[in-house]
Amino acid sequence: MNRRNFIQSGALFAGGLLISFKIPTAKKMAALGEAKAGVPFSPNAFLNIGTDNSITVVLSHVEMGQGIWTTLPMLIAEELDVSLDQITVKHGGADKIFDHTLYGVQITGGSSTTWSEFDRYRNAGATARTLLTQAASKRSGIPIQDCKTENGTVTAGERKFTYGELAADAALLPVPENIPLRNKADWKYIGKSIKRLDAKVKTNGEAIFGMDIQFPGLLTAIVVHPPVFGGKVKSFNDSNSKAVSGVRQVVKIPTGIAIIADHYYAAQQGKKALQVIWESSSNAGLSTIKQTAAYKKLAATNGQTVQEKGDAGAGLLKSVKTLKAEYVFPYLAHAPMEPLNCTVKLEKDSCEIWTGTQIPTTDQAAAAKILGLAPEKIKINVPFLGGGFGRRATPTSDFVSEAVHIAKACGKPVKLVWSREDDIRGGFYRPFVVHNVTTGLDQNGMPTAWKHNIVGQSIMKGAANVLGELKTPIDDTSVEGVKGSPYLTSIPDHFVGLHTTKELIPVLWFRSVGYTHTAYVMETMMDELAHNAGSDPVEYRRGFFKEHPRHLAALDLVAEKGNWKEALPAGRFKGVAVAESFGSYVASIAEVSISNGQVKVHKIDCAIDCGLAVNPEGVKAQVESGIIFGLTMALYGEISIKDGKVQQNNFYDYKIGRIHESPEINVYIVDSDDKMGGVGECSVPPTAPAIANAIFAATGKRVYNLPLMNHQLLAKK
Amino acid sequence: MTVLNVNEKAYEIDASKDMPLLWALRDLLGLTGTKFGCGVAQCGACTVHLDGEAVRSCVTKIERAVGKRITTIEGLSPDSDHPLQKAWIEFDVPQCGYCQSGQIMSAAVLLRENPTPTDQDIDDAMAGNICRCGTYLRIRAAIHQAAKMQREGKKS
Ligand code: FES
Ligand code: FES
Repeated sequence: MNRRNFIQSGALFAGGLLISFKIPTAKKMAALGEAKAGVPFSPNAFLNIGTDNSITVVLSHVEMGQGIWTTLPMLIAEELDVSLDQITVKHGGADKIFDHTLYGVQITGGSSTTWSEFDRYRNAGATARTLLTQAASKRSGIPIQDCKTENGTVTAGERKFTYGELAADAALLPVPENIPLRNKADWKYIGKSIKRLDAKVKTNGEAIFGMDIQFPGLLTAIVVHPPVFGGKVKSFNDSNSKAVSGVRQVVKIPTGIAIIADHYYAAQQGKKALQVIWESSSNAGLSTIKQTAAYKKLAATNGQTVQEKGDAGAGLLKSVKTLKAEYVFPYLAHAPMEPLNCTVKLEKDSCEIWTGTQIPTTDQAAAAKILGLAPEKIKINVPFLGGGFGRRATPTSDFVSEAVHIAKACGKPVKLVWSREDDIRGGFYRPFVVHNVTTGLDQNGMPTAWKHNIVGQSIMKGAANVLGELKTPIDDTSVEGVKGSPYLTSIPDHFVGLHTTKELIPVLWFRSVGYTHTAYVMETMMDELAHNAGSDPVEYRRGFFKEHPRHLAALDLVAEKGNWKEALPAGRFKGVAVAESFGSYVASIAEVSISNGQVKVHKIDCAIDCGLAVNPEGVKAQVESGIIFGLTMALYGEISIKDGKVQQNNFYDYKIGRIHESPEINVYIVDSDDKMGGVGECSVPPTAPAIANAIFAATGKRVYNLPLMNHQLLAKK
Repeated sequence: MTVLNVNEKAYEIDASKDMPLLWALRDLLGLTGTKFGCGVAQCGACTVHLDGEAVRSCVTKIERAVGKRITTIEGLSPDSDHPLQKAWIEFDVPQCGYCQSGQIMSAAVLLRENPTPTDQDIDDAMAGNICRCGTYLRIRAAIHQAAKMQREGKKS
């Protein structure tokens, strides 16, 4: 990365008070110049140091549970020589400045924050430290090499300056280039377990989420959405709604009818009283049963080529034995704990928005378009996100657009709140996917041919405005994990095909995206092959990892720590799975038992190679979180459709794993200097297949469709 | 006018007696620490105490709360120093944090009634609280730790 790109200027503010970096244009400089002395002006830099010794780290990425509120400040603190308790943290709003260093758009996703900001945030800290040291040297006349920084101060000979005392001077100095970063051996924070900086406000009610935005005059809106995707309002009668005390207005918007009221309860009553007649939608005939049959039929034929070597058809004919499997995966709702919401305040020619979003600039553009305003007239404030998992990164800005439409229609500041039912039934799901796999084996049970077709909707086709148009007909998020699988590359005759389908049901990236299903298919299939060959499932996989040392390291570590070779007590069974995703390598061993037809997961051992673990305890917490997420997906995750309608409503029929279902989890981090990968999503993929493989050990039966709650499991006698 | 006694303060509100306590707390009194997660007593995010008992405020009508002591996360301790709050920080429990007010309010009742809870006791008491971020193991560990702190604090 060219450091020149991001540090364009130190800056002097009214009263000469703040250092900031990456101030993009002269125009903005002028605007910033009007900021009040000592008050952080505008959240468009990574780091501000005030004369009052305040040190503010501004986040380019958003905190949604993954711990970035702590990790990014660690990177600054490491280079700036301050302690973490001196730092105040805040989210940046929507700004090009905060564009992802690789993706070129402002986005928190793809388990990418830590590796993608590792240099940028350390550089921000190092640059500030250098400028402050130079300022101290100038002030004291002591040569720069004799000035030492420590804990927010510079010691120059006999004199000691706080960073705040030097901030104004430092702001006037030219920004240096090519500042060396600290050596690993000198790191104080990086690689150490640091406690979350947002823990306290998240235990006393002080943390502000989008849902918690309040100000005088703010109204609450609820939307009555069509019962079938693509449905439109034919007519409605709002007289009973308007009669509800506290209901202010009822307005038609593109996505339904909005009830606007003094508070949520009144809006909810108004919603109950509303009478709507819907036009029938072309989607009204859709059902999961029909969709399953249609997708299975497609999956039996070759789709567009994703990856091919030799001749899979001929290879299968030559093989000694073939194994076939057909897998079905349902739609899944993210169900973040904080229901979706967005607050909009319109002024004459500007607009202010508060919402928990993973893609602020995309939402800003969407709002600007609806309002006919320039994007910079839209100010986006991002409070804490009560979970995201991908749902708060909707390329269509669905709930933000809806809120803007409501504010525009009613002309008052309004907070749109989705109910849990709106969230569960509102679409943007992990796609419904079918895989059809045939493997051909030689006399040793090793695969020599592999034919694999995948059927599902494309996520990326709906995301061109965020991540650009697809360059090929293949959406990688449909096939990642099969494409490039270390197992496939060694198979002389193989074919992977994709059928991309179209449905009115909107789909979206969901924590670990395509790997949610591809890892399940590959890892249960490999397990089947291992058992067929009479091999140990760990040893069988190891044979494929000769040129994949990071897969191997994760697998070996978990096999060792999880005592793979040791027999379990009667009634307990184990299964293993390993998957690479988002640049990290994760292997898991699940230990289960079967009772009353259902699986009980007792323990998951998990090893991750994510390269450098910047905050090891944070890595562990995310790995645990991903495992519970994967467990929920495996046990309960299912959105099904009948007559075009989603069958699930709320947590009573879209179940989430609870504390008594949580297994013991042990996380092991591979000591690795390899390229940094992601963490937040990476323990999801191997979880479900490890459990399914343990179920096979217990029952002798393979599970080819999820969730597990739909299966009556029976332990082998 | 209805009078609610929340965190040892009396508030007068103008609302229908059917209004769930959750919305009275959040939308009328501005006490946003209590969260809305499901609205149907399924997730526990809205847990508060009524005369010391944990209730789901999303399905508790305000008429039921009149004349009772209502305690929300904001009133659990004077300086965020309840043993559970300290243990939550020590064990890095919160992730997104959205469920944690409810988790702590549920755990507080458990801890008062059972100073030495087992894993099973914790599971029984906490099974009504969903955490989509999956912080359950840390919750369990932190409750044990808070129980220990509470016992030691009482000895001294
Ligand atoms: S919001 Fe009350 S239990 Fe979920
Ligand atoms: S911490 Fe996110 S839901 Fe519990």
